[in-house]
Parts: sequence; structure tokens; C-alpha cells
Amino acid sequence: MGEFFNIFIKAAFIENLVLAYFLGMCSYLAVSKSVKTAFGLGLAVIFVLGITMPINWLINEYLLSENGVFGIDLTFLRFILFIAVIASMVQLVEMVVEKYSPSLYAALGIFLPLITVNCAILGGSLFMVSREFNFTNSIAFGLGGGFGWFLAIIAIAAIREKIRYSNIPGPLRGLGMAFILTGLMGIAFMSLLGIDPAAFASN
Amino acid sequence: MAETAVKDINSGVEEKEPLFGKKERKLLTDPLSDNNPITVQVLGICSALAVTSLVLPSVVMAIAVIFVTAFSNLFTSMLRNYIPKQVRMIVQLVIIATLVTVVELTLKYLNYPVYKQLSVYIGLIITNCIVMGRAEAFAMANKPWKSFLDGIGNGLGYGAILIIVGVIREVFGKGTLFAGTGIELKIIGPTADFLINTTESVMFGWYANNNLMVLPASAMFIIGILIWIQRSMNPKLVDIS
Repeated sequence: MGEFFNIFIKAAFIENLVLAYFLGMCSYLAVSKSVKTAFGLGLAVIFVLGITMPINWLINEYLLSENGVFGIDLTFLRFILFIAVIASMVQLVEMVVEKYSPSLYAALGIFLPLITVNCAILGGSLFMVSREFNFTNSIAFGLGGGFGWFLAIIAIAAIREKIRYSNIPGPLRGLGMAFILTGLMGIAFMSLLGIDPAAFASN
Repeated sequence: MAETAVKDINSGVEEKEPLFGKKERKLLTDPLSDNNPITVQVLGICSALAVTSLVLPSVVMAIAVIFVTAFSNLFTSMLRNYIPKQVRMIVQLVIIATLVTVVELTLKYLNYPVYKQLSVYIGLIITNCIVMGRAEAFAMANKPWKSFLDGIGNGLGYGAILIIVGVIREVFGKGTLFAGTGIELKIIGPTADFLINTTESVMFGWYANNNLMVLPASAMFIIGILIWIQRSMNPKLVDIS
């Protein structure tokens, strides 16, 4: 259990998918204009990451690896299968949410399809493979990564709501400022680790 | 089947319009400045910023993305009349994922150290919004040859930003250029190649490497400033909100 929380905390804060790896930047920048919409998208990302990660783990372990069902190395199919799982899970989640919780669906509705092409989802699954997690750890990593993404988008949306009233040079307004803010937040999150550039340089 | 399709395009284009006229040239040059995928369209920032700490991986990533956007646009455009509207996303994703797998295996064979360094980011070209965005916005509505050029143009625009950021980060973060290739240069700092006397202050002998530039966050600052410069030069792009 300790390891579960360890990985959760690490994925959420120290190795934040947005602020340390720049994953899911497109939707992060596009949907962070107000806190309300950012909240909806953040929730949807936690949901989908938490579900697709264990499923992709099972696929990778039992279908694609040499010890799997087919007994041959099928890892070249990894990208296609992972993205197919993500696309179909997003579709499934959308249908289930629509049926059982119309209010949540109303809140998430438009953001769910966007998530298929959110790099954080596929990136999470690929990190899971390269870090050789086991099944429970992959769940922890999915939930933690999603939570970290949620925190990051809420934070930037809140800052962008306030900064609209600041006196920023015209050409830097909007997008340019969002980039610089994200950079600053990245550095702030890094203090959770204790800044260690050497570790990044060697990666 | 692909071969016959290519033949059809070529003959079709030759009859109707020049192979490389003004419009086609515009498709290539527009994404380099006024319609840049990163600084203007805000697409494809996702997968690539973490790889720009050195020039070599930035160049490899740029080439990979140019290849994938060009061919995904080409194939999507060839198939555009046969793809049912409801499943078009899945079809596009399958085309893109196949191309990315080709790129991944090729790179693994050609240069394993760089493959290791790029790690998951090669796979993430699949969800790179440029590829999907151009396939959806341009290739679904245009002829294959034009879509192919549009793909190359957008890949180039993306690669240009990547290489600019890569050069800045490597020079100021490590004092080198092209590290990891045969022609590694030490540009600035006390050990620079062109320095005659290490105490010479004129040749940047005093420069100590800036570790901030090695951190991924610096890429955000550099792109933010690039956007600032571009919008100052072209006020049309300034957003009012």
C-alpha cells in the first residue's frame, strides 16, 4: 500500500504530466480560460487515465509480450492497440456517464471526445510500459497522473482569470503569457523535488 | 493499390494545375511564419518540448514529424471519399499510428541512443495535435498532392520552432552545439573551441552554463518570448481577450 501512495504522490506532484513532461499541452492551453470548464476537463482526464492505464497494462502484459497468449513478440502493435483502447474507452465512458449521470454528462459532455487526442493519456500508458510498473502500480500511476493534470489545469485557469485584468504588453497577452506562466509553474512544482537539473539532463 | 492511386494524382494534377505553382508554394511557406502550427495555431506543443534540450533530438523529432504529417495527410486525402464520417477519427488514428510505428522502428535501427533519449515522445507523435489537426482540417477537404505539401509545410513550421528552441537551450545550457553528433562544437564558456586564452572575457570565456536552460520549463519561456516577438512584428495575430 505504501508503494501505491508513493507512486500516486510522485505522479501527481513531482513528475507532473503537464508541468514536468509537457503532456496534454494542447487541451491544457485551449481549455484553461475559465476555472469552470477546466474543472470539467480535469475530472474527465482523471477518469479516463485511471481506466485506460490498467487496461493497457493487461493488453501489454497478456497480448503483446512474448509470455502472452500468442507467445510471440507483438510490441510493434502497441501504438495502434493503445490508441484504439483509449478511443473506445472514451466512447464507452461517454455512453455510461450519459446513461447513469446526466448531470455529470452535462458537465463533461463536450470534453470527453477531446480526451482521445490528449497526449497525457497515451503518454501515461507509454510511461507505464517504459517504467515497467505492475498492475496495482499502473492504477496508482493513472490516478496520480490524472490528479496532477487536474491540479495543473485548475491552477493555470485560476491564474489566467485573474491576469486578464493586468497590464500586460499587447503582443504578450493571452497565449504568450500562458506559456510563460506554465514555465513558472513548472519551476514551482520542481521545488517539490528539490531542483535537480542533472537528473533531467541525463534523461 | 497505393501505386495506382499515386499515378492517378500525378496525371490529374498535370492536366489541371501546375505541380508547383504559387498556391502550392504558399502551402509550404505559410506555416513557417504567419500560420505557424506552434506559435499561431497552438497545435502540437504536447509531445515535443521536453526533447529540445539538445539540437540533435530536436532535429530528429522535426524530421519524424515532417514525415508523419506529410504521409498521414497524403493517405487521409487519398481515402477521404471512402471514409464514413462517423469513424473518420479512428481511421485517421490508425493511419497515423501505423506511420509512427514505421518511424519508431526505423529510428531504433538507425540511432539507438537518440531513440532512447526521445523515449515515449516518438510514440506521442500519434496524439500530436498537428498531425490529427491537419488531417482533419486540410486533408479531408483537399487533393492528395496539396495535402502532402500542406503536411510538409506544417512539419517544417513545427521543426523550425523546435530547432530554434533546441539551439538556444543547448548553447546557453551546455555551451555546446550539435552534442552527440560527429561535429560537436563548444560555442561558449571557458572550454570553448575558439577560445585562445581561457581568461579572455571578449570570447564569452566568463560564461558559466545556465542550468535553467536544461530544465524543461525554459522551453516554455523561450516559446512565450518567440510568440511575443512574432506578434509584435505582426499585430494582426494579437488576440484581444
